Amino acid sequence: MLLLALLPFYPLLSFLLLAGLGKRLSWHAATLISVGSVALSAISSAILVYQLSSSEATVISVHLWQWFSLAMGADIGFSFYLDALSAVMICVVSGVGFLIHLYAAFYMKSDENFNRFMAYMNLFIVAMLILVLADNLVLLYLGWEGVGLCSFLLIGFWYQEKANVLAARKAFIVTRVGDTAMAIGLFILFDWLGQLNIQEATQLAQQNWQVGSNQAYWIALLLLGGAVGKSAQLPLQTWLPDAMAGPTPVSALIHAATMVTAGVYLIARMHGIFLLSPEVMNYVAWVGALTLLLAGIAALAQNDIKRVLAYSTMSQIGYMMLALGAGAWSAGIFHLMTHAFFKALLFLTAGSVILALHHQQNIFKMGGLLKRLPVESSLFAIGLICLIALPGTSGFFSKEAIIAELWSSPTAGAQLWWCAIIGALVTSIYSCRLFFLAFLGESRNQSGLHLCNANRMRLPLLALALLSLFGGLIHLDFSSVFSLANRASEAVANARANEPIWLHPIAIAMPFVGIIFSWLFFSDYRSNKGQEIPYKATGFIGVCRDGVGFDWLYDWLLVKPYCLLARLNRRDVLDQVLMLNAWYARLWYGALSATQNGQLRWYAAAIGVAVMCLVGVMAL
Amino acid sequence: MTAIPLSHALVLACILFVIGFVGVIVRKNTLFMLMSLEVMLNAVGVAFIGAGSAWQQADGQIMFILILTLAAAEVAVGLALLIRMQRRFRSLDIDKLSQLRG
Repeated sequence: MLLLALLPFYPLLSFLLLAGLGKRLSWHAATLISVGSVALSAISSAILVYQLSSSEATVISVHLWQWFSLAMGADIGFSFYLDALSAVMICVVSGVGFLIHLYAAFYMKSDENFNRFMAYMNLFIVAMLILVLADNLVLLYLGWEGVGLCSFLLIGFWYQEKANVLAARKAFIVTRVGDTAMAIGLFILFDWLGQLNIQEATQLAQQNWQVGSNQAYWIALLLLGGAVGKSAQLPLQTWLPDAMAGPTPVSALIHAATMVTAGVYLIARMHGIFLLSPEVMNYVAWVGALTLLLAGIAALAQNDIKRVLAYSTMSQIGYMMLALGAGAWSAGIFHLMTHAFFKALLFLTAGSVILALHHQQNIFKMGGLLKRLPVESSLFAIGLICLIALPGTSGFFSKEAIIAELWSSPTAGAQLWWCAIIGALVTSIYSCRLFFLAFLGESRNQSGLHLCNANRMRLPLLALALLSLFGGLIHLDFSSVFSLANRASEAVANARANEPIWLHPIAIAMPFVGIIFSWLFFSDYRSNKGQEIPYKATGFIGVCRDGVGFDWLYDWLLVKPYCLLARLNRRDVLDQVLMLNAWYARLWYGALSATQNGQLRWYAAAIGVAVMCLVGVMAL
Repeated sequence: MTAIPLSHALVLACILFVIGFVGVIVRKNTLFMLMSLEVMLNAVGVAFIGAGSAWQQADGQIMFILILTLAAAEVAVGLALLIRMQRRFRSLDIDKLSQLRG
């Protein structure tokens, strides 16, 4: 109980210390405080999970204090709720978060604002823990906005450069669209159910609403809007590639492993309401499928190593959404966990590579890194085979679990199955392209390697690599969390018996097809002898590189008209009415200050005239 | 000896006061303004003396002595300021001292 109550407060304390003491702390002290606090959270999470799995109870909850009370007896408490779902999440957040903090301490060592960086990272962990532990939707929303804030702060961490600030602003505004939808959803939910506690609201909804009812449809749709914004899915996906402007550990922690999966968590947490609306479940699945295809295609055309990984993150979260939409709740969360492992590994290794090459992010200027950085290269290769989902790796177990449930799911079906299969093919092709370009062939980069703290930075990378390889063996039991979903599965079981037998072989073979295809198609990348490779970004490839045209579309549809309106109304009409007050005040100011002209003789004359007037009045 | 009627003294005082006041307003030179002030003070003195003699009371003369002392003190301060003014601004034009305008 106490462990659970204290869980988010270790990083909070560390954040306050770092923010309060600022630059007075040395690197050692700041590292000890920030990394140590997250380590404490990670250890507590591990103990809590052990307690949860060894005890009879399926839930540990703790009520800290009452935040505020609402009408109809609904009190909003500061209460934490730990079940199997949030247990997985706290392990991912604090465990992977700890490894990334450890890495970041070395990665950012020479940055002059190191303490500010670690303070933001700690604040992020606090907000994320509150998000996943919240027992009511208001507290969840607090964490939700908290992670959004930290994301904004960290993308714009190097705020001296304009591009970073613009990226931070874009991320903030685009996710705000989704957050607004979610807030409206919460208001409506409270209005119709009078309850914001997640468990009780789900129960009430199950009792009062029919499957397919209008209420469930609207609430689920609005919650989906929030999830889409935070998880960078269509149509609010444009912020994620730009968010790569932040430092690489941030990309790993926030924009790959944890924050972007908050939307997936939200849908899984509210599955009771989504189950009441198969229509929205179908939307979720389609959003996921379209995103995973579009992001995969966009990843094929990138030349920046981090943007390739960003698009692949979008595409993998698309898989999770697809799983949730198909009702494969456990598989979706399982993929969330394994994805957190291998994507954090990929990002951090990419960070090491970028650092070693003097901040070179262009894969067309890398090449031959397998010989020059053998350890990093093999770690990156491990991350990639998990991403491709070769048999035996963690990605294989989770992705196959998702694909296996798609065909006979009532809210998914054959079309979505094919989307997922094509997505797997595209994933393996862009991963191979990335690997061939950056790591095989001969070096196209003449400058020497910059290796500092490389050995210490490899430690968290090794841990993540082990997790990526063997994380698939972790057995997650969500039967208590998703018990509502299990009831309706008899029909599904029947349908599953009638599936064609070629489904599984195709799903397993797809990554290999992709590898063989890229081995032949990208052979000049693979066997490059150190000469320049031209990067053509014209026509269709250029469109793909810029995110399949969505940036362009939103620019013309929303940004440009808005700027035009703002320019037309530069002298705000309403403002002019208010300015009347100022005009009146200025009028009197002018009149009165004219009398104070500093001329002594005027004052004397004024006194004389006034006396004469007084005398005249009295005489009359 | 016939007593001068009070009304004559008051009319004289009024005329002197107005002359002094017009001098204060019209003159730009601070020295002449001080002199005009002196004329105004003496006009008031004439009014007091006239009133004192009309009612056969000593109060009027006491007030006049007070006014004389006041005038002496005022002139001492005024002339000192005048010298500072001349040193600082190289002029005695009162209109140049208008930094306190609003």
